Amino acid sequence: MMIKLFSFVVIGLWIIATIVGQYLQLAPNAIELNAILQTPSASFWLGTDDLGRSIAARLLHGFQVSLMVALVVTSVSLFIGVSVGLVAGFYGGKIDRILMQITDIFLAFPGILLAIAFAAVLGPGLINLTIALCVSGWVGYARLTRGQTMALRQRQHVIAALSLGASHRRIILKHILPLLLSVLVVEATFSLASVIIAEASLSFLGLGIQAPNASWGAMLRDAVRYMLVAPHYVLIVGVSLMSIILAINLGGDYLRDTLDVKKAQ
Amino acid sequence: MQKLSHFIVVVFGVLVLTFWLLHLVPGDPVEVMLGESATQTDREALRTELGLNAPIVEQFGMYLTRLSQGDFGRSIHTQTPIIDMVSVRYPATLKLALLALLIGLTIGIPLGVLAALRARSWVDVTVMIMSVRLSAMPAFWLGPVLMLFFAVWLGWLPVSGMETRAHIILPAMTLGLGLSAVLTRMTRTSLLEVLNEDFIRTARAKGLTERHVIVRHALRAALLPLITIVGLQMGSLLAGAVITETIFSWDGIGKLLVESIEKRDYPVTQACVLMIALSYVFVNTLTDTLYGWADPRVRRD
Repeated sequence: MMIKLFSFVVIGLWIIATIVGQYLQLAPNAIELNAILQTPSASFWLGTDDLGRSIAARLLHGFQVSLMVALVVTSVSLFIGVSVGLVAGFYGGKIDRILMQITDIFLAFPGILLAIAFAAVLGPGLINLTIALCVSGWVGYARLTRGQTMALRQRQHVIAALSLGASHRRIILKHILPLLLSVLVVEATFSLASVIIAEASLSFLGLGIQAPNASWGAMLRDAVRYMLVAPHYVLIVGVSLMSIILAINLGGDYLRDTLDVKKAQ
Repeated sequence: MQKLSHFIVVVFGVLVLTFWLLHLVPGDPVEVMLGESATQTDREALRTELGLNAPIVEQFGMYLTRLSQGDFGRSIHTQTPIIDMVSVRYPATLKLALLALLIGLTIGIPLGVLAALRARSWVDVTVMIMSVRLSAMPAFWLGPVLMLFFAVWLGWLPVSGMETRAHIILPAMTLGLGLSAVLTRMTRTSLLEVLNEDFIRTARAKGLTERHVIVRHALRAALLPLITIVGLQMGSLLAGAVITETIFSWDGIGKLLVESIEKRDYPVTQACVLMIALSYVFVNTLTDTLYGWADPRVRRD
């Protein structure tokens, strides 16, 4: 109960703060060179960065971008991965073998390596970043969906529908997909957190969102550079990032228990 | 046999993907790499060197032939053969990854066992809360925190670089602590599952001491599945190394990758990506085989 509360409160606070920030018309890119790397004060609630920009405003702006990227990447990956998984799991045989070998090739690039490689050659920027994250994001869903579909395909209601002459398309969409939804919702929740981390990692390496626009990864990179003179900067950005990741992951745990989803293999 | 053919397909796929990377560069890769100021002759020379004038299938054939001879091409920036750069950087990453693995195992497994044996007690809860916290700390945040604490404030360890032996501690801790968080939870789950099995009840019923039951019967069965997990986690170690090495200026293959991207030295980028992916595939095939060899139940399947 406490955990659920924590997770909802943290996510809620961030979203409210972002919306309020929109209304206040914060200026995340406003440079104030006579007020650089200041500690929190009345005029700058969380202090300023190396160019005298308000850390609070930049955090909120960065959060907005991170969340948007995470939502887009998760939706696109979900669509591609689930389609591949459904087809592979339903038809089995040769199609399954080929599709699974392809996913295995993508899985051979650990973690964000493939995203790094794609972002590197495509060049930095928001759209290329999103593409790069989708390229490596769909594989997990494909694996998960395929396994579940293979099990569901043996269920009596699917066999009954098949023998009644329902089309494959209808069976996949009406008899299999709905039963996968809870598993996918849980998985997608966790992947929101990992996409936020991946996006921040790429921006940290300078492959994501470009200056002057704010992103948590790029802020962390600057913050590490000025760690000796302004340790508050790195701590504020890091704690923000950790709070949202923790909240999303705990929210995912809660969803998993509520929807009674067995831990995915 | 099936495993072998699968391995070959995956390796081939990895080669195709890394080869294809250069062709994903928008516009003319040669122009992107050399910049605006390059002369026409320079561009043509590079185009010929990279074989970009040949049809794509032929280019891929050339790429494979050269790789099989241990030739990764040359760096566009320094003109050094890439194999020389990689053979210096790769061992540094390996050293870092192995130490991180050691840290992860020595912290993760004992804590996981402790949490499982005292399940639902305050010990268990504390260990689990710490492990969840820790896994919400990606390397680019845990690294700076460790650096701030141990190097800047306490001054016990060097900030970054790789001059002395002590330099490896902070980057290895960054990678290893993240790994230990995962291993703690896996060990706990695995051991809890095993403790519910019939053979444990039998062992207890036989009147064996609790110590004997845990060490000889339960732990043996519980730790075996961890072999594959360690293999999979090597992936996050290798990927995490890219960021950790950049933070701590550790001259490994991950930092080489980031440097090559910044300089648009794509042949080097390709080589680094290939080396990391192939190591990962190799480690996983190895752990799969090891697991099959160590656990007779899997062998029979």
